[in-house]
Amino acid sequence: MQKLLLLGDEAIAQGAIDAGLSGIYAYPGTPSTEITQYVISSKEAREKNIKATWTTNEKTSAEAALGMSYAGKRAMVCMKHVGLNVAADAFINSSITGANGGILFVVADDPSMHSSQNEQDSRFYGKFAMIPILEPSDQQEAYDMVHYGFDLSEKFGIPVMLRITTRLAHSRAGVTRKLPRQQNEIKLPANLKQFILLPSIARKQYKGLLNNQRHFLNEAESSDFNHFRDGKDKTMGIITCGLAYNYLLENFPDGGIPYPVLKISQYPAPEKLVEKLYNECDSVLVLEEGYPLVEELLRGLLNNGKTIKGRLDGTIPRDGELNPGIVATALGSEMAVSRQVPAIVANRPPSLCKGCSHIDSYSVLNEAIAQYGKGRVFADIGCYTLGALAPYNAINTCVDMGASITMAKGASDAGLRPAVAVIGDSTFTHSGITGLLDAVNEKSSITVIILDNSTTAMTGGQPSAAFAKIEDICKGLGVEDEHIRIIKPLNKRHEENLDVLKEELAYEGVSVVIPRRECIQTLNKRMRDKQKLKEKRVDA
Amino acid sequence: MKKDIILAGVGGQGILSIAAVIGYAAVQSGLYLKQAEVHGMSQRGGDVQSNLRLSDKPIASDLIPLGKADIILSVEPMESLRYLPWLNEKGWLITSTQPFNNIPDYPSMDDLITEIEKLPYHIALDADLMAREAGSLKVANIVMLGAASPFLDLDYDQLKKAIAFLFGKKGDEIVELNLKALEAGRNVGLKNAN
Repeated sequence: MQKLLLLGDEAIAQGAIDAGLSGIYAYPGTPSTEITQYVISSKEAREKNIKATWTTNEKTSAEAALGMSYAGKRAMVCMKHVGLNVAADAFINSSITGANGGILFVVADDPSMHSSQNEQDSRFYGKFAMIPILEPSDQQEAYDMVHYGFDLSEKFGIPVMLRITTRLAHSRAGVTRKLPRQQNEIKLPANLKQFILLPSIARKQYKGLLNNQRHFLNEAESSDFNHFRDGKDKTMGIITCGLAYNYLLENFPDGGIPYPVLKISQYPAPEKLVEKLYNECDSVLVLEEGYPLVEELLRGLLNNGKTIKGRLDGTIPRDGELNPGIVATALGSEMAVSRQVPAIVANRPPSLCKGCSHIDSYSVLNEAIAQYGKGRVFADIGCYTLGALAPYNAINTCVDMGASITMAKGASDAGLRPAVAVIGDSTFTHSGITGLLDAVNEKSSITVIILDNSTTAMTGGQPSAAFAKIEDICKGLGVEDEHIRIIKPLNKRHEENLDVLKEELAYEGVSVVIPRRECIQTLNKRMRDKQKLKEKRVDA
Repeated sequence: MKKDIILAGVGGQGILSIAAVIGYAAVQSGLYLKQAEVHGMSQRGGDVQSNLRLSDKPIASDLIPLGKADIILSVEPMESLRYLPWLNEKGWLITSTQPFNNIPDYPSMDDLITEIEKLPYHIALDADLMAREAGSLKVANIVMLGAASPFLDLDYDQLKKAIAFLFGKKGDEIVELNLKALEAGRNVGLKNAN
């Protein structure tokens, strides 16, 4: 079979197409976006009639995938780690309903917070839901695990988590494909009450899940993805999880790791293999990308056994992603670094693009709110979060998707006036609508600025679920017509925009201001595509 | 054979096209390859890098260890210096001298050149100027690839074939333009290599 050069994300996507996937659902989020993007762009997926779509948020993704599983087909749902917080209700309960067609929750964690608000480790969610977790060490395993993951899911009728981290998601390597297999036919669950989580049924289902735990463990014990490699030097044994395995190998370029090594890529953690390593060695070094999950298991509460080295004793930094250098230090050998970064090298943080509509919106907001003083702007997650940086210094919060509106409401309840929410169009439909309904129902005094650049910009310009619907949604929720104001954020309209915003800031009630101008990146791309099309026509 | 290369620049400068050409040539040459990229927030005008690793043996880590890079190939002078701790003793720093100035505290060109010239093995060239001479500013990154080409241990014909393959969809003219840029850069690289 041919070898493809694929990102970890793309390997998962191709793996899914080849493993008989019928539907993939996601809300874009770094570093998971490229999985779904790949399937959406894949000609092969289109020919196979695979449903591939961006949804309003991660929860709707997860539920749609669960519905497809109910109907007997294989489904995948992809998200970044914090997206799983949004989908958590569906995720946790899906472990109680179980699966019918295979279902994979692919979660991409972002240790070191390259593009995120925290570095939560999704393996804890998997453990919480008591389902099997797969954690590939490289692109090939990422590909192979999709096939295996669907099999595992269908064998036990259970959702399976596939957990990756940024470095694998966004690194490319050669991947060998398997022979593609057919999709499942529609087939309803044998027990038509399986998915009804009434307490009386849920209790039974839950017992089934508990009973399955030993089977999940057996699968992990015998999995090809977990293996024990003996070594002569028993002063230390090493456990690696997922990607960490590569950083260990990197430190022994000629092979021949002297220590026994247990590579873990499938959970629950294989007890017998861990026990063997622990019994044979004087101490254990745990290398895991993320929180110290395996390390905590090994230590227990009292840590009255052998020395366990890892993130908890300072052998490995408590936060941030791993790299070959950190592993070298943990092994007691320092990397030779002779050169330093010259002092003249300045930081170059990301910034809003030249010509971005948010720049004009923030310039209006900063001026309109100046008379009230700083500290009144509750913002949200998207490109516009960069408004926190100089020269704008325009926002005061960024917590989670949708929090702008509800936090502004809470602050307004506390008496802060004006209280302003700043939220993007895609974030508004993701998680802002319900908060706006709260504010309308209570006639809260807040001004909601919905920055409408008509796309999901930060993740590369995916379609926005809010497209051409924002005013109707606001009206439907009960925002008064005369307090839904649309402006065009352009420098030449600065004065008139300023007047509009000042009026709404002064209004005691819910007002919505919608600065609407297309994202400069998607606009440029559209123009380029148009030009190409024109050239093609001329050629023809 | 093993080459560890750090590609450096600012989001939007097209370092991933350089990676794509080298990557295609490497795979066609039967080499192993791993290439870590930066996606997401940093792409918005922030500093970006890609770790590109080529080898005739399987490659373990997606990231290049500190002090192990053979080449830093940068399309921007200040960005070329950001990754110096990764460069090995005999490593080459190959950079364009054309600054991308989108921050208030961007250093002076004199200071940048002084720092670049401290390195025993370096090539600094105005890729924008050479790209314009080749026919378009857009091929500045391919000029830089050309300058690095004598140090990649890849057959030059494979690089040319990779360009023909990757830019083929855009027409013969674009392929020719890129090959011209590659050649112009290569001549600078060869001159410095000897």
